[in-house]
Amino acid sequence: MTFIDRIERPEDFRHWFGDMEAQYVYTSGVAGDKFFTALKKGKFLGTKCDQCGKVYVPPRMYCEECFKALTEWIDIPNKGIVDTYTVVHVDRDENLLETPEIRAFIRMEGTDGGLVHKLDVPAEAVKIGMPVKAVFKKEKEREGRITDILYFAK
Amino acid sequence: MEKYPGEALSSKKMKEVTHEKWNPRVKYAWSCGEAMSRFLNELKKGKLIGRKCHSCGKIYFPPAMFCKFCFKPTDEWVYLPDTGKVMTYSISYLDMHANRIEEPILVGVIDIDGASENMGIMHYFGEMSPDDLTFGMKVKAVWKPEGERTGSVTDIKYFKPLEGSE
Amino acid sequence: MRDVACVGAGMTIFSRRLKETGKEMCFEAVRMALDEAGLELKDIDTVVCGSAPDAFDGIHMKGENLLDGCGGAKKTYMRVFTGGGTGVLAPIAGWWHVASGVSDVCMVICEEKMSSCFPHPQSAFGHIWDPILERPIQPNLVWIFAMEMNRYMHVHNIKKEDIALVSVKNKGNALDHPSAQLAAKITVDDVLNSEVMAWPVQRLDISPPSDGAAALIFAAGDKVGPITDNPVWVEGVGWCIDSTMWTNRDLYFPQYVAKAAKMAYKMAGIHNPFKEIDVAEPYDPFDYKELHHMEGLLLCKKGEAANLTREGVTQRDGDLPTCPSGGLLGVGNPIAATMGVKAGEIYWQLAGKAGKRQVPDARTGVCQAWGDLMQYGSVMVMRS
Repeated sequence: MTFIDRIERPEDFRHWFGDMEAQYVYTSGVAGDKFFTALKKGKFLGTKCDQCGKVYVPPRMYCEECFKALTEWIDIPNKGIVDTYTVVHVDRDENLLETPEIRAFIRMEGTDGGLVHKLDVPAEAVKIGMPVKAVFKKEKEREGRITDILYFAK
Repeated sequence: MEKYPGEALSSKKMKEVTHEKWNPRVKYAWSCGEAMSRFLNELKKGKLIGRKCHSCGKIYFPPAMFCKFCFKPTDEWVYLPDTGKVMTYSISYLDMHANRIEEPILVGVIDIDGASENMGIMHYFGEMSPDDLTFGMKVKAVWKPEGERTGSVTDIKYFKPLEGSE
Repeated sequence: MRDVACVGAGMTIFSRRLKETGKEMCFEAVRMALDEAGLELKDIDTVVCGSAPDAFDGIHMKGENLLDGCGGAKKTYMRVFTGGGTGVLAPIAGWWHVASGVSDVCMVICEEKMSSCFPHPQSAFGHIWDPILERPIQPNLVWIFAMEMNRYMHVHNIKKEDIALVSVKNKGNALDHPSAQLAAKITVDDVLNSEVMAWPVQRLDISPPSDGAAALIFAAGDKVGPITDNPVWVEGVGWCIDSTMWTNRDLYFPQYVAKAAKMAYKMAGIHNPFKEIDVAEPYDPFDYKELHHMEGLLLCKKGEAANLTREGVTQRDGDLPTCPSGGLLGVGNPIAATMGVKAGEIYWQLAGKAGKRQVPDARTGVCQAWGDLMQYGSVMVMRS
């Protein structure tokens, strides 16, 4: 019974079952905390690099290209454009959804960034380049998370 | 002294800053392989089994299908007694999640008799107080009743002092 | 093989929890290193990121996630990971990128964010165990270090009082380190009276889990001139690993550290480590580990490290200053980012930039890290 012999009794072979037990709490970070605190109030913020002019949404503490600390915070109007999208038919566990849903990358106007979120537009009506805006939860239901935005819509 | 970058948070502040929570749902079925499958099946029968390499004569416990010194397949199954010696130990007041416990867990490495030198496994000690634990002490396995054994290292409840030894 | 020198370093504070995301911590450390060296990101052609288990930060493919904060976007990039050994293995990886000719100026950045893991980073360690042999016993990582400590004490008949001197020294040394998380003036009695966690390990014998990041810049010999007139040369590197079957070894001596040390000393032309090394930073997540690793680094005979400590040899003004930074015990233990108090400290010492921690006339230094299930040793020798 070694690597080189045939296995005669496969029922002798066992599996050991287990799982990964862990819970995580991720801080949104120094820049992220400012962004989500503003999002809770229904506002978007970005950071601008004074060297290359790039405007980051979500805002970052540093410019990826120039590698300097970003200190200029600017208000970003709630106006986006659908940059790309997908039509989702199954959930995370591969169960069929009752109605297909749209997930899109929304580029925020006047910035070099954007957000991935749900798009509340029927699949046949979605067009790349269409203007959309964020629809927020009621103020008292917001928590300072990306889900404070319910979805983007026309 | 100059200030290095970083913003420390207290445990309370950590709950107040914006954050996201996540519990991964991941399950595994690890294949035991030939050696460990036999090892577990023998534990269910109340026995310890090792594996011998004929080239160097080493007896592996737990068993392994290849000799890591000769780097070739091992050759023979060998039953071993369920007695051994304490190689090292600890008296723990922490459980696996770092919670404090009142009654300490006595745990250590037991070199099993009949296997080659330093062929140990980690297991609990029982039927003794923390002060009884000494290096080199002779111990014997205490098994769960046959009906409760499932083919796991926990089919052995713990190792207790071997009767008749110092 | 090209000559390689360290030309700059940076690190964040080490803390039980930092507000910064992993990327932000990386940016802070890298920016500080660039500023010290007077360089910009465009001067860096390669980035090596060292970060220990994804399970701490809770982000799979952590090396990729940290990329932009490391300054690695659109660059030659590699992540290396050998558990606790990463703190010296990452600078070794930086060295080999430059020595081989692949890179002229390489940024090495190490990061760890253990505070993401709840209820305690211990839970992430739960996945290091063999699922069949060890997990059903529900072990705590502290147990196995306690067992190694117990074996070491037993074989050489070392008392806890002597081991506690290391914790007293290192936590005291850390009072002079700007990043220190647990710097304090304590006594041997404080250590011996602290809470027993898993005997013989007590609370003041252990370093804390931490968040932090550290960065080092390595440059090829012919590129060093314009950057600095105070380079610190990498003279020797070594790394070695033993099997995860730790119950099949006698734990009293870390053979894998000795092998890594021999590899590094041979390359550096060192024949008498105790005499030829001016400052040492062995890995000290526990106080007994400093002693265990001093012996593994062949700085003294087996079982003798405790005597040297008792005699004051390892103090900053002694014959072999050991952990002048305050080490993991005093500054903190953000696994891979401990590079800041190991390789980073030796660089700062040999460059004469260690401030209040400065060891006089330090020209040759050794740093070492240790990882995984008591199996990995990485060693680097530097000279100014």
